[in-house]
Amino acid sequence: MTTTAVPAAGAPASGAPAIARRASSNRETWVALGFILPTVFGFVVFYLWPSLRGLGLSLTDYQFFSDTSFVGLANYQRLLTDETFWNAMLVTVWYVVLNIGFQTVLAVLLAVLLHRLTRSVVIRGLVLLPYLVANVVVALLWFWMLDAQIGIVNQVLSWFGIGPISFFGSESWAIPTIAFVNTWRHLGYTALLIFAGLVMIPRTLYEAGRVDGASEWQMFWRITLPLLRPVLALVLVITVVGSFQVFDTVAVTTMGGPADASRVIQYYIFDLAFERLDYGYASAVSVVLLVILSVIAFVQLRLMRANESDLA
Amino acid sequence: MVTVDADVTAAPTSRTPGREAGGPTPGRVLAWACLVVIILITLFPFYWMLRTALSNGTTLATAGSSWLPVDFTWGAFRRVLGLATLEEAQAEGGTGSAVDFWVYLRNSVLVAGLITAGQVFFGALAAYAFARMRWPGRDLVFFVLLTALMVPPIFTQLPNFLLMRDLGLVNTYAGLVLPFFFMTPFAVFFLRQFFLGISREIEEAARLDGAGHVRTFFRIIVPMSWGPITTLALLQYVQAWNEYFWPLLVGSERSVRTLTVALGVFRAQTPQGNPDWPGLMAATLIAALPVLLLFIAFGRKIVDSIGFSGIK
Repeated sequence: MTTTAVPAAGAPASGAPAIARRASSNRETWVALGFILPTVFGFVVFYLWPSLRGLGLSLTDYQFFSDTSFVGLANYQRLLTDETFWNAMLVTVWYVVLNIGFQTVLAVLLAVLLHRLTRSVVIRGLVLLPYLVANVVVALLWFWMLDAQIGIVNQVLSWFGIGPISFFGSESWAIPTIAFVNTWRHLGYTALLIFAGLVMIPRTLYEAGRVDGASEWQMFWRITLPLLRPVLALVLVITVVGSFQVFDTVAVTTMGGPADASRVIQYYIFDLAFERLDYGYASAVSVVLLVILSVIAFVQLRLMRANESDLA
Repeated sequence: MVTVDADVTAAPTSRTPGREAGGPTPGRVLAWACLVVIILITLFPFYWMLRTALSNGTTLATAGSSWLPVDFTWGAFRRVLGLATLEEAQAEGGTGSAVDFWVYLRNSVLVAGLITAGQVFFGALAAYAFARMRWPGRDLVFFVLLTALMVPPIFTQLPNFLLMRDLGLVNTYAGLVLPFFFMTPFAVFFLRQFFLGISREIEEAARLDGAGHVRTFFRIIVPMSWGPITTLALLQYVQAWNEYFWPLLVGSERSVRTLTVALGVFRAQTPQGNPDWPGLMAATLIAALPVLLLFIAFGRKIVDSIGFSGIK
């Protein structure tokens, strides 16, 4: 209210709207609070408080059925010498590398094919189909198709004199297999994200390229890929953060085996908390996972921002 | 924070820069061949799921690579749905143990339905307050909510499990639903984008007619935004339907077990040597069916929303 210096006589006249406005903006604030109340409640109770509690738990030896005591950073010290943890880290990183490798290359290929060849929503829908089906369903389906004895994949491989391969049952195949299965599920989704980025690239650039005599191949490397960088960075954040948390497929197919070969970090946390009832330690591992994912997201979002100008 | 402002309702403006009037070139034929192969690899497992579900379990192993159902029978569906007698089930390689499929189906419908209703309703309220109302601290609160997008679910789910246990809500519908019921940052973000685009004049006209914010919201904004609201509901329903980790933690008991958890249990109980593959595939197919039906009915909405949901 900047119009306070008014003559006494004029005060009621010009003051009234100001007061009314303030009252109405007060009322707006209250209504707004009412509107966001359930959301804020949900945030505080199921996001904020659990986050703080998780940090707190990671400093205890909480085990469900025995007395709990504060152990400081002991859980984190234990991590340093926990071979299963480091193995889980290694396995997870191996999974992430394979999954992201398959997925990004194939998704860019698929997105470019879709973009160049057809505007059919039906085709885009078909490639998205696996993404809509539950992880558990996908895991069971491939568990059957990749069965060592009578699975169709091994049947087909046998026509070429290959196999049989125990996809889920061998230490070297378990993680690549899970990475492949999840690539199958997510490929369409990732491709459509990239497709959305392709649509934003101005058509005139391609026309100019064609006038200059550039081949499709050159246009892909010189126009498409550079302009896609911000979208690719975003897609990478999503897929890396998502694939670090692989759980469902492992839980349904290999349960971490054989011999810890597929005991990824999230399955290890689940195992610690609910099988070994070592809740405090499990919390510490989940804090480490949080930190890793935050760093990845932060770094990648910074990279994305650095490249943002490309599309401007 | 994130800058994917694609308009979801608008049909994708996918002009295909590569599309030329000329006939097929070797490059285009090759590109189409690639696309067809990808689509086949995407769709074949669904066919194989159906083919196996319609096969007879006892003779399946003798014709592992038969392209048609082996010894065609509806038996697998009948025993999954609890319609087959013990003898019938065992004659076709099933275990004859009760599956309680209808209970799990009911649980999944109920849980996914409640979660979706809560997320969409409260999400819409909050999104309106963030998009259309002025109140102190609005942008800060919004930013804080969005940071919850970056927190990996497992980090909050361990402490949330303890909260549910302390409240006595483990193995109840409330326990399954509550953590997701009041908010997901995605719903708020998603709807806010649309509400931001609604013209002020419409609201001002309503204001002149004496409507307050609550009335404006329910009578004008919600009906106007029916498209995005349906899209959001679809996305959240599919996600809630497919959720595995949380229902596994708090809904392990038969009476509240959802389909995804039931499938995991079903798989864990099948004997290692000779699993009832037709039974498993029939169950996975039925578990995927609601999503497949939603996909057939609303495929375009789902496909169009993917470019947007890149912030997930």
